Amino acid sequence: MTMPAGELEAVVASADSGDADANTATVEGRSLFQIAWRRIRSSKVAMISLGVLVFLLLIAIFAPVLTAIEGQDPTTFHNTRDVIDSGSVSFEPGLPLPGFKLPSSTHWLGVEPQTGRDIFARIVYGARVSLTIAFLATLMSVVIGTTLGAMAAYFGGVVDTVISRFMDLLLAFPQLLFLLTLTPILQARLGHTFLGKGSTLPIASLIFILGFFGWPYLARIVRGQVLSLREREFVEAARAMGASPRRIIFKEIIPNVAAVVLVYATLTIPANITAEAALSFLGVGVRDPTPSWGQMLNQSQSNNFYQLDPWFMLVPGLALLITVLSFNLLGDAVRDALDPRAGRS
Amino acid sequence: MARFLARRFVALIALLLATSIVTFTLFFAGTADPAADSCGKSCTPDRIAAAKVALGLDKPLVTQYLQYMKGLVAGREMGPPSGRYHCDWPCFGRSFQDNQFVWDVIKRGLPYTLSIAIGAATIWLFFGVLFGVIAALNKGKFLDKAAVTLSALGVSLPVPLIGLVFLWLIVSRWHLLPYTNNAITSPWSPGGPLAWAKNYILPWITLALIYGASYVRLTRANMIETMGEDYIRTARAKGLPRATVTIKHGLRAAITPIVTIFGLDLGALLGGAVLTESIYSIPGIGKTAVQATFDSNLPVIMSVVLFAAFFIIVANIIVDIFYAVIDPRVRLA
Repeated sequence: MTMPAGELEAVVASADSGDADANTATVEGRSLFQIAWRRIRSSKVAMISLGVLVFLLLIAIFAPVLTAIEGQDPTTFHNTRDVIDSGSVSFEPGLPLPGFKLPSSTHWLGVEPQTGRDIFARIVYGARVSLTIAFLATLMSVVIGTTLGAMAAYFGGVVDTVISRFMDLLLAFPQLLFLLTLTPILQARLGHTFLGKGSTLPIASLIFILGFFGWPYLARIVRGQVLSLREREFVEAARAMGASPRRIIFKEIIPNVAAVVLVYATLTIPANITAEAALSFLGVGVRDPTPSWGQMLNQSQSNNFYQLDPWFMLVPGLALLITVLSFNLLGDAVRDALDPRAGRS
Repeated sequence: MARFLARRFVALIALLLATSIVTFTLFFAGTADPAADSCGKSCTPDRIAAAKVALGLDKPLVTQYLQYMKGLVAGREMGPPSGRYHCDWPCFGRSFQDNQFVWDVIKRGLPYTLSIAIGAATIWLFFGVLFGVIAALNKGKFLDKAAVTLSALGVSLPVPLIGLVFLWLIVSRWHLLPYTNNAITSPWSPGGPLAWAKNYILPWITLALIYGASYVRLTRANMIETMGEDYIRTARAKGLPRATVTIKHGLRAAITPIVTIFGLDLGALLGGAVLTESIYSIPGIGKTAVQATFDSNLPVIMSVVLFAAFFIIVANIIVDIFYAVIDPRVRLA
C-alpha cells in the first residue's frame, strides 16, 4: 500500500506548478496521483481553472517585467498638473484629481483616484503579495497540521489529548475576529525582533498568523485518517522490523494521507487569499504603499471612491473573485479525482 | 440524558475557562504597553504610572487574571486608589476610548449584530436548503448544473466586492434603497418590521449569498446520498406520495448535518459580522471590534473576542444536544 515518498513528492509538486506532464512521464506504474491527474485532465472546468491559475502565477512572478513593458511602477504618483495636462491621466469633474481613465496605452487599467498610481502595476504586484501570503501560510498550516494530526493519532494517550484539546481551543475562537484583533498586537510585539520590519513585517505577520491558526482544521482530518491507518498491516510490519516512530509517521503513514492533504491545501489557498484580502480590507493586513488586492479594496472604500470611480473597486475585486473561484473549482476537481468512490455515481 | 447534559456542561465551562486564559494572556501580556494605550496621546510618564496602578498592571499576571474573572462573574471594585468605583457583573472593565463600561459598549452593538445574523441566517438556510433539494432531485439536469455552478461562484465571492457593488449600484446609483439607518435596531423600532427588513436587506443578501452557496452544496450532496438509500425505495414502493417521501423520509435524514453546520455558522456570526458591518457602516459587534483594534482599546477587544468565543462554544454544545435529540442513532455516551 505504501508508495515511495519520492514519487509522491514529484507528482504533488508538479501538480502544484501546473505542468505535470514533464514529471509524470518519468514515474513508473500508475499511482493514485496519476489516476487523479488523468481525471483532472478530462475535466474542462478543472483545466480552465488550472490555466487561469498558471497565468496568474506567471503574472505574479513576472510582475517587474510586465510593469517595465507598460513603463509604470506601483508607487509613483500621477497627480501633478503637468501629468494631467500631458493627457496620460484624465481629470474628471467631481473627482478628487486625477480621475478614472479607461484603459489606455500609458495606463493599461487606468489610475487610482487622488494619487494617480497605476492600477495595472498595483494589481500585478498585488498578485505577488496575495499569492505569496496565501501559499506560504498554507504551507505552514499543512506542515504543522499534518505532523501534529499524525502524531496525535499515532501516539494516542496523553499526546492525543493534549493536541486534540489544543485544537478544540483554537477552533473555539472566532477566526476573522481573532486574526483582526491579534495581527496588530503581534506586529507591535514581535515585529522588529522576529518578523522583520518595513514592508515585510505585515506580510510576514500575515503568513505567520494565517498559517498558525489554519492548521487545526487539517490536523483534525489527518488525525481521523491516521487513526485507521495506524492499525493497518504495513504499519505493523514496519513496527515489527524495528522502525522508529518518526520513520513510521513520516515514511509510512504521511505518504498515505498525502491525497487528503493535497485536497485540503488546494482549498486552503483560496481561503487564505480571502482572509488576507479581508484583513487588508479592514486595514490591519498589508498596508499602503505595498499593494495587495484587499488593500486596494480598502482604498476604494475610503472616501467613497467606489461611487465616483467604480472601476478602481471592480479591478481588484474581480481579480480576487477569479482567483478564488479558480482555486475552489480546481480544489473540487482534485477532491473528486482523488475520491476512490467517484467512479460509482 | 441528564448525565450527557452534565458532561457537556462541564466541557463548556472548561473550554470557556481555557479561552479566557488564552485571550487574557495573548492580549494583556502580548500588548507592549496597555497603560500607555489607556491614556491616549497626550500622556506623561506620571500618568502612565498612575494608569498602571488603576488598571492593576502592577500586580502579577495571575492576580490580574483572577481579578478579571472575578469581575466577569461577580463584579468588582476597580480604578485608581483615589477614585474606586464599582463595576457590575459581567464586568469587562472600562473602554480606554470613552471610559464607558465595556459591557454597555457590547450591549449597544448587539442588537445590530443580532438583526444582521438572524435575517441573513433565515434567508440562507431557507434558500440554501431549497436549492440544494431541487438540485438533488434533478441530478445531472439543467437545474442541478445551474445550482452547482452558481454555488461554486457564491462561495468564492469576496464580501468586500459584493458589499461595495451593492452600495455602488443599488444605493448610490439607482437609489433603490437608502443607506443604513442606525436608529433601526429591531423589528419593533419605529417603522416596524418592514423598515427593519429594508434597512438590513443588503447585509442579509451579502451574507446569505456566501453562506447559502455552501448550504446548496451540502444539502445537494446529503440529499443525493439519502435518496439513494434502500428505505427511500421502500417508502416509494409502498405507494407514498413523492412529496412525502422527499420531505419526510429524505430531507429529514439529510438535514441533520446541515443543522450542525447551521448552528456553528450562526454562533460564529453572532460574535460579529466583521466585514459586512464594516462595509455597510453598521455599529454592531464586528464594527466595534474593528474600531477597538485601531484605537488599541484593549478592554473592548478582549470582551469582543471572549464574547464571540462564548457564542461559538455555546453553539457547539447546543448543536451536540440537538443532534442527540433529532438523531436517534447518536448515543448519549
